[in-house]
Amino acid sequence: MYDAPLTRREAAVDDVKISARDVQVFYGDNHAIKDVDVDIQDKTVTAFIGPSGCGKSTFLRCLNRMNDTIDICRVEGRITIDGDDIYDKRVDPVQLRAKVGMVFQKPNPFPKSIYDNVAYGPKIHGMAKNKAELDEIVERALRRGAIWDEVKDRLHAPGTGLSGGQQQRLCIARAVATEPEVLLMDEPCSALDPIATAQVEELIDELRQTYSVVIVTHSMQQAARVSQKTAFFHLGHLVEFGETGQIFTNPEDKRTESYITGRIG
Amino acid sequence: MPVFWLSLLIVAVAAVGFVLARGRALAAVDGDRRHLHSLPNYYGWNAALKVLTPAFALLFVWLIVQPIWMNTQIAGALPDTAVSEDSTLALVMSDVRRVADGLDLAVAQGIISETNAAAIEAGATDVRGVLAQAGVALGSDVDPTVLAAAQSYRSLSGVGDAAMTVAVLLLALAGMGWALRQTTAEFRARNVVEQGVRAMLLFAASIAILTTVGIVFSLIFNTVEFFRIYPASDFFGSLTWSPSFGGGSELGIWPLLWGTLYISLIALLVAVPIGLFAAIYLSEYAGSKVRAFAKPTLELLAGIPTIVYGLFALLTVGPLLLSAFGRDGLNWMQAGTAVMTAGLVMGIMLIPFVSSLSDDIINAVPQAMRDGSYGLGATQSETIRQVVIPAALPGIVGAILLAASRAIGETMIVVLGAGAAARLSLNPFEAMTTVTAKIVSQLTGDADFASPEALVAFALGMTLFIITLGLNVLALSIVRKYREQYE
Ligand SMILES: Nc1ncnc2c1ncn2[C@@H]1O[C@H](COP(=O)(O)OP(=O)(O)OP(=O)(O)O)[C@@H](O)[C@H]1O
Ligand SMILES: [Mg+2]
Repeated sequence: MYDAPLTRREAAVDDVKISARDVQVFYGDNHAIKDVDVDIQDKTVTAFIGPSGCGKSTFLRCLNRMNDTIDICRVEGRITIDGDDIYDKRVDPVQLRAKVGMVFQKPNPFPKSIYDNVAYGPKIHGMAKNKAELDEIVERALRRGAIWDEVKDRLHAPGTGLSGGQQQRLCIARAVATEPEVLLMDEPCSALDPIATAQVEELIDELRQTYSVVIVTHSMQQAARVSQKTAFFHLGHLVEFGETGQIFTNPEDKRTESYITGRIG
Repeated sequence: MPVFWLSLLIVAVAAVGFVLARGRALAAVDGDRRHLHSLPNYYGWNAALKVLTPAFALLFVWLIVQPIWMNTQIAGALPDTAVSEDSTLALVMSDVRRVADGLDLAVAQGIISETNAAAIEAGATDVRGVLAQAGVALGSDVDPTVLAAAQSYRSLSGVGDAAMTVAVLLLALAGMGWALRQTTAEFRARNVVEQGVRAMLLFAASIAILTTVGIVFSLIFNTVEFFRIYPASDFFGSLTWSPSFGGGSELGIWPLLWGTLYISLIALLVAVPIGLFAAIYLSEYAGSKVRAFAKPTLELLAGIPTIVYGLFALLTVGPLLLSAFGRDGLNWMQAGTAVMTAGLVMGIMLIPFVSSLSDDIINAVPQAMRDGSYGLGATQSETIRQVVIPAALPGIVGAILLAASRAIGETMIVVLGAGAAARLSLNPFEAMTTVTAKIVSQLTGDADFASPEALVAFALGMTLFIITLGLNVLALSIVRKYREQYE
């Protein structure tokens, strides 16, 4: 159904960051993702929308091989980043995840100080030559996560002591700190108030200058506001994928239209 | 009536009360249970509770009070001459009870008739012979006053038992009657039973707590008694432990405490790294098949009685160490029993303890925490070292402290593996002994229980109790703090 636009886009292969072909995901016998083909472009925000349980998180987790950590999960098909197959045997999932960062659906700060939470990734990857540089990285990440002003006086207090929304922004800062090329965000704003949401959306827009961002969201308005491309999932299928404006104003598929207008969900 | 049959009878009355009350409740609403306040069974339970509780309470109190009351009665009736110079009233009374019990037995076995037993006189019959026939051996011939007292003891206890049976059964029936009168459609049987259940649980809990308190008090009293006859300054100040039952012993705790701590230290040095690494492997790396097999196997180790570990120390580890460090090897070791032997085996014993506790704690670290770390591009061991272990650390420390308090309280392995010499030495290949092992040796033997050599066991026990209590409190408070983190 989206074949035609896809072939047209393939002319400009250069700016395709992630490409997925014929992806299937199984949890044991449960076939959670069925025949998904999608191209995610560089320097673009792509939104995944769809009813609960349709497989948005599952597909997102395929893109940085987080599904490897689930014993019963099996992924088939071909997913490439910059043309390299990420499920190739020679690919180290650890390296991959440093390149493809992730913010999870539920905030999961480490039981460490706020500072150490953010410094964790940069330390592991040896990104800072000295303490001053690390301080700088941490501050920049916290600013981009729109939480700097709230925590700058208590950087050494435990991250678990923050409110739910603050924890989520801390996790965003933590993910940004490692400077990933792709950032996967699973409902990053579900625990945030409108102000923090606006700040995170601003951040997403800013990240788009350099990175490719994939965001899962249940808010149609948010998808419309921040994304250039939108993918609509339903029962494990990718029903429709295209320009956000196109999807929201003139969807090709009946199911997309029903979902957007609130009739399924 | 024997107490056993009496108890059965009370239970039978309770069962009858249950059925009657249930039937009565249903009859009160013409069999339509919707009009009852509570389900019919609650009315039954209400009756059963009202039969059982007072009847058994009375029985219990009676069984305690009757012997005391009889003792004072009989002792009061004894002539002054019955208690001779070299004896005490308590000794005479125990004689009386022995004779009375002997007569009971003789009657029960048909050696003499009931009337004879009540009428025989010391001079006329060979009472000692009769009792010996019944299997009760007496040290000397029976004194006439003692025999007379025993006979009145028997008749008194017969009266008492009869009165008890009647009183208890009457109370049971009264309870049933009360419950039946209460049983109407509006009666809130459900609430009453709820209260009854609550009282029962409270009773169980208080018994558990009271016994603990009782044990602690008996420890304290005996310890105080010990310090009255042996100076505390010597006990805590002396560096030698050389008890001699003839008197003039030196009872310094330090050699024992040192042995305990040294052996526990070696045990922990073995158990903590191995147990912890095993737990990390099992919870983070092992596949589900390995886990399903390895975890129960490790826990099986925890089920082995410590005496078996003791044998293992004595028969296997000791000789093995001796062949390596003994005269044929490095010549550091004189005999198989040594601090090292006991410490190693105790360490093996503690491995499953540490590993299964740590495994539970590591598993309790939320998966989301690990995902967060993997998502940032951390490897598995980085995740474990920097996220999982720090998150689980308080719990792991708690587990280690619990293991330490077990090591300190361990006895059998030490008795068999560490030797019996109390000495202060740094050489782990020498025999030493521990507080627990010495408690055993001070109390098994012919020591007079009032001598400092025997009473010192209580002071040692108290010391151990305080140390392990302190460790446990510390461990529990750490574990609790850790729990709060994920709430
Ligand atoms: N760890 C897992 N083990 C087994 N099945 C899973 C697991 N995670 C997800 N699933 C199944 O995969 C399907 C898709 O789940 P997924 O979490 O991707 O949905 P989602 O679109 O993210 O939903 P939501 O919007 O509620 O987050 C569901 O049927 C779910 O039951
Ligand atoms: Mg999801």
